[in-house]
Amino acid sequence: MIPSFAGFGLGLRKPHYADFLSTRVSVDFVEVISENFMVDGGRPRQILCDVRARYPVALHGVSMSLGSADGLDGAYLARLRALVDEIEPLFVSDHLSWSRIEGFNSHDLLPLPYTREALDCVATNVARAQDVLGREMLVENPSTYIDFAQADMTEWQFLDALSARTGCGLLLDVNNVFVSAANHGFDAFEYLDGVPADRVRQIHLAGHSQGAELLIDTHDQPVPPSVWDLYAHVLPRLGAVATMIERDDAIPPLVDLLAELAVARGIAAQTVRAAA
Amino acid sequence: MSLLALQRDMRAWLAREDQSAAARLGADAAPGLRVHQNNYRSQLVACLAGSFACTREWIGGDAFERVAAEHIDRVPPSSWTLDAYVRDFPATLAALYPADPEVAELGWIECALGEAFVGPDATPLAADVLSDVDWDSTVLGFTPTLDLAELTTNAPAIWSALAQEEVPPAAEMLEETGAILVWRRDQASHFRAIDPVERQALLWARAGMPFAQLCEAMVDAWGEQEGIARAGSLLGQWIADGLIVAVSGVQSRR
Repeated sequence: MIPSFAGFGLGLRKPHYADFLSTRVSVDFVEVISENFMVDGGRPRQILCDVRARYPVALHGVSMSLGSADGLDGAYLARLRALVDEIEPLFVSDHLSWSRIEGFNSHDLLPLPYTREALDCVATNVARAQDVLGREMLVENPSTYIDFAQADMTEWQFLDALSARTGCGLLLDVNNVFVSAANHGFDAFEYLDGVPADRVRQIHLAGHSQGAELLIDTHDQPVPPSVWDLYAHVLPRLGAVATMIERDDAIPPLVDLLAELAVARGIAAQTVRAAA
Repeated sequence: MSLLALQRDMRAWLAREDQSAAARLGADAAPGLRVHQNNYRSQLVACLAGSFACTREWIGGDAFERVAAEHIDRVPPSSWTLDAYVRDFPATLAALYPADPEVAELGWIECALGEAFVGPDATPLAADVLSDVDWDSTVLGFTPTLDLAELTTNAPAIWSALAQEEVPPAAEMLEETGAILVWRRDQASHFRAIDPVERQALLWARAGMPFAQLCEAMVDAWGEQEGIARAGSLLGQWIADGLIVAVSGVQSRR
């Protein structure tokens, strides 16, 4: 079981590299996109090492493709293992999705049908990844835009079963729950009540945008009130978790993100007071 | 539908906008498929635009969008890293701009600079270490980020001007085919246009030819006086550039 870590962090993005390296930013950890640093050398790798010397780091991947029916990419796993050995991250995570099939890589987080066959596939892949990485990983619920009719179970039931079979932890993206609930018409609160709380080790908070037909997970907006409401709802069930804010586009000054993180700290403090 | 069949249909929709594959995924999937089609193409276009900023500036934004769209159709991404996706783009530029060779050469420069930026780390050998080397038996080891290509135009001058937001010179063909080398020293990528003599010497040296043998080859090719003088001068330049990171077959002078 992955140890719990209670803290508040931000995604480390290029516009803020200098802030994180020249001052002590008031975060408990930072999260980086693993693939940006799975390179042979040069400045990106050096920056990550310098950041790691100052802050705990979580590695968050977008290309493991845990749902690929033809299995995982061994070369990818080997590179990630080398980064894990060097950085000794707080968490290693990726998404409940797939990107690659038979030599084609979409570089998008594509949806899975929540069937028993898909569960077998993802469980096999997670088990292999954890074996190569030498540690348990966190699997994140994605924002989805397609709801496959052939599903045998809900997404939270799928994650529950996956976690039980592989021992993996969960990264609960509250914004993704909101986006998927809006797109597919399910109850986001029912989802949060159904997630296996004892498996959640990290929370993502982010913003989204209204697309032409669907709500889109854009990470280019502040966390909206609807997502804060879901965060406040689920937090009492979870106990000690790491919370972080993702911002990947229209990135504001660091001070703005720290102000958003203060909102998360405030909600968490209220939860503790209410429980006392 | 099996998971594999579903994923093959999604691939067919993304890579070729295959309507029959989309139909098999269900009518309700159509809005979501459009989102993923947009994600797929916009992500790749953004990757190419970010990696080939000067090439885009040179041919214009609209033309670049058309070239990127054609490249995405011709070369679907295969690697887990988008860094790999840019490698084939200069070939697409060459195919689409056969009468304007500076376009593909600009693309090669940008691609090579990006690759060098995240290439393996290596520490250049200091000049004083090399002063103790027995050059009769030495094989030079070059930095792993060194890359080399033929050059037929003034693309380096165009790239430099565009990178500094200056007015670029008009494209010109070189009088004779030269070459360009790209490498990283410390954390910065560099490039330098070189003449055919240096290109040939670098190819020999990188292939493992001992330096003494390289001098002999230079003498054979360009005569005793010029061959020896150029070999010595090139060695000095390579050391100054930080290209040499190892020497093998070293025998310390007594």
